Amino acid sequence: MAVIQYLTIISVVVAVVAMIIKALRYATAPQSMRWELYPVPHEKGRAEYGGSYLEELDWWTKPRHKDISNELKEMAAEVILLKGVFHHNKRVWRSSMPFHFGLYLCVGWLVLLLVGAVAESAGVKVAADGGTIWLVLHYLTAGFGYTGLILSGLGALGLLIWRSSDAEQRNYSSPIDYFNLVFFIVVSVVALVSHLTADPGHAVIRNYVLATITLSPATATGTLMMLEIILVSLLIMWIPLTRMSHFVAKYFLYHSVRWEDEPNKRGSKLDRVLQAQLVRRVGWSGPHIDPEKTWGETVTEKVENE
Amino acid sequence: MNSSDIKIKDISKKSTQLLQIDTSKLPKLPYPYEDWEEPPIEELSEEKRAKFDTSLDGVMNVQVPIPQTEEEKEQMVSRFLVGLRKLLSKDSNWTFLKPLMLTLDNCVKCNTCSEACPIFEASGRSEIYRPLFRSDILRRLINKYVRPGGKLTARFTGADIDLNWETIARLAQMSYRCTLCRRCAQTCPMGCDNGLLSREIRKLFSQELGIAPSQLHEDGTIKQLTTGSSTGITPLALADLLEFIEEDGEERTGLPCKIPIDQSGADILLIHNAGEFLSWPENIQAFAVIFEAAGLSWTLSGDLVGYDSVNYGLFYDDAQYARVTLQHAATAKKLGVKKVVLGECGHAHKAAMAIGDRIWLGEANVPRESCMVTLEDIVLNGKIKVDPQRNDFPVTAHDPCNITRSMGIIEPQRRVLRKIAPKFREMEPHGAHNYCCGGGSGFAIMQSHNFPAWRSMVSGRKKLAQILNAFTREELDPKVNKHVCAPCSNCKGQIRDLFNFYDVWERCHIQYSGLVELIVNCMTDAKEGFIDWEEFH
Repeated sequence: MAVIQYLTIISVVVAVVAMIIKALRYATAPQSMRWELYPVPHEKGRAEYGGSYLEELDWWTKPRHKDISNELKEMAAEVILLKGVFHHNKRVWRSSMPFHFGLYLCVGWLVLLLVGAVAESAGVKVAADGGTIWLVLHYLTAGFGYTGLILSGLGALGLLIWRSSDAEQRNYSSPIDYFNLVFFIVVSVVALVSHLTADPGHAVIRNYVLATITLSPATATGTLMMLEIILVSLLIMWIPLTRMSHFVAKYFLYHSVRWEDEPNKRGSKLDRVLQAQLVRRVGWSGPHIDPEKTWGETVTEKVENE
Repeated sequence: MNSSDIKIKDISKKSTQLLQIDTSKLPKLPYPYEDWEEPPIEELSEEKRAKFDTSLDGVMNVQVPIPQTEEEKEQMVSRFLVGLRKLLSKDSNWTFLKPLMLTLDNCVKCNTCSEACPIFEASGRSEIYRPLFRSDILRRLINKYVRPGGKLTARFTGADIDLNWETIARLAQMSYRCTLCRRCAQTCPMGCDNGLLSREIRKLFSQELGIAPSQLHEDGTIKQLTTGSSTGITPLALADLLEFIEEDGEERTGLPCKIPIDQSGADILLIHNAGEFLSWPENIQAFAVIFEAAGLSWTLSGDLVGYDSVNYGLFYDDAQYARVTLQHAATAKKLGVKKVVLGECGHAHKAAMAIGDRIWLGEANVPRESCMVTLEDIVLNGKIKVDPQRNDFPVTAHDPCNITRSMGIIEPQRRVLRKIAPKFREMEPHGAHNYCCGGGSGFAIMQSHNFPAWRSMVSGRKKLAQILNAFTREELDPKVNKHVCAPCSNCKGQIRDLFNFYDVWERCHIQYSGLVELIVNCMTDAKEGFIDWEEFH
């Protein structure tokens, strides 16, 4: 079991590090040009029809009215209900929604297992015959686990069928796309069967979590549960290494590009950041560009007829 | 090859032409065009085909010269690879690196974008026009040839695509089968932007390989930066033109049509798309009549570039874009105006106001405003007198993508139309969700080879259908005057060509103009009949 515990720890560390690296890559990319796309939900009173502050006379003299609550509402609808997919691609939404919602429940399941493990380390019994709170935690853990695994498994199956049966979609689906979906289906099935047959109350897996977070040896489990732990650990490590970790990027896609409409003002920090970019070497070698010059020099030089 | 049988890997095939466009299979147009028979797209001459690549679809708007030797082909491939790396460089591409990386890394290939693309739909779902087809080729090339270990994992990750001269030539053409309208990006649940990728491909070809449509580069930005305007109007010629425009404007309206030029210290620097001076001088006249009647303090510039708001760099090249927009900024600063007002040109709005927001830095940052907003203030606050009954004919509005989807300027022009045009009605969809006119990203000015036919039958098809659907069957009778308000120079050029191609004037009697012409048409102090119902031009 020790090897499996090491695998779990390494998986979590790899996942966290990979997600941090990914986020930092986007966060530290140079300040780009404006490239927003309307509707922008924080445009107070205008978001509904896709308007912006540029609709005002002498807009630079007026205070900006940003509706952050509408932005949060929009983001929540996007993350929880996959609003965009629902509106524009219902066929995908029918599978993608249960898949993603199932994954959220599975994450909740892992968190509840962790909470239960910490509680048990403090001497509490998380079980049907425990105190009221622990009874609720017991059933909640099982509920999240079973529902999450069923939904994500079915969702992944639906997406697999869609990718493989739709001729237009097949052209754009790669072996890795099929592999990822099959991976999810296998993990869901193995985990479901494992718990239904050997650990219906999730006590064994909670003990495993407790042993792993306290770095103590875990009690041996059955083969199926060992397989479940190995697969879940590998999946946790695999997700951030692929584009399935798009949840990290989505923040930047929306907030740094699509909804980024902050106007640049003279003497502002943004103005200084942009001026600093002009000393970068241009690098391009087209006939109208000298690669050795900086951007500042390139865009202000006199252009002659080619 | 049948359009739906084409696979991504076919991009590298050494066949003569990937797609033969069968115009008889294009989706039907609405009434009264149900029985309209589309002509075939003319085949390019043998001479042209021997000189330039046409292996994508037999259509040409960007001239990609065919290398004569294997060495030349290899050289082009290696230069393209260098360009791919520069696209991902913080120095060479700081301008768009962040959105580029985000779109390259995170597309889940759900094809939601395809259903939003008017070109893909209007082509009868031709695979090569699918937004994802084009972007996934770029993505796969980067994953295989630029990312570490890309070749080893290519089969598993789907990046098994060959980079050869054919791939490059077709990719160049393909980047010019997208109008950059960004309707696809609007529907992407992830927030990825295939329009951006089209522009990045165009940039690579222009900035590294020196390949761009001549109308955008040699006859576009280069001509503008050296002679003053992409139309070829020099500062000297401008003075003559304005004199004629003023005289004609006064005669047509009976109102003062004074066009001030180089008035230092004026409140407003108005910049028009110079195409208006030659093709639609009535637009220049209408602005002058309205601004004078409203008592505004304003001026045009007579300086090189300063009188032409066009910025084709926006469509294909960051360096050229910045050079032009900085000339506009310098003009505004020199004149000491309080603000710049952009005339009726969509891409000029985006170039100066949205993207320009990150280029007009420091002291060069003179405030910019859309003319839609200025006009709304004039019309709705009673600064001129209007009689809406003079516009008592069915009017619909086309939304320029750059003004609406990319900048969120949607209601000001509508509030004006609701006041001055009693029979105004919307197209569906409209506003931020509109369809491109089909002439976006420079298409409207590409008049050579067989591209205009493709532009009318494919990229403009959805817009024509939208315009026709905005009117009832009774209204479509040629005895009824109808109007499309298209407040953008390039959109007007596309609508003019589209209407000519489909005989819309003769069959349906639909006229088009910008917003200002409709305003002057109903100004109580002006002579009646500013909108010309006698002929189409």
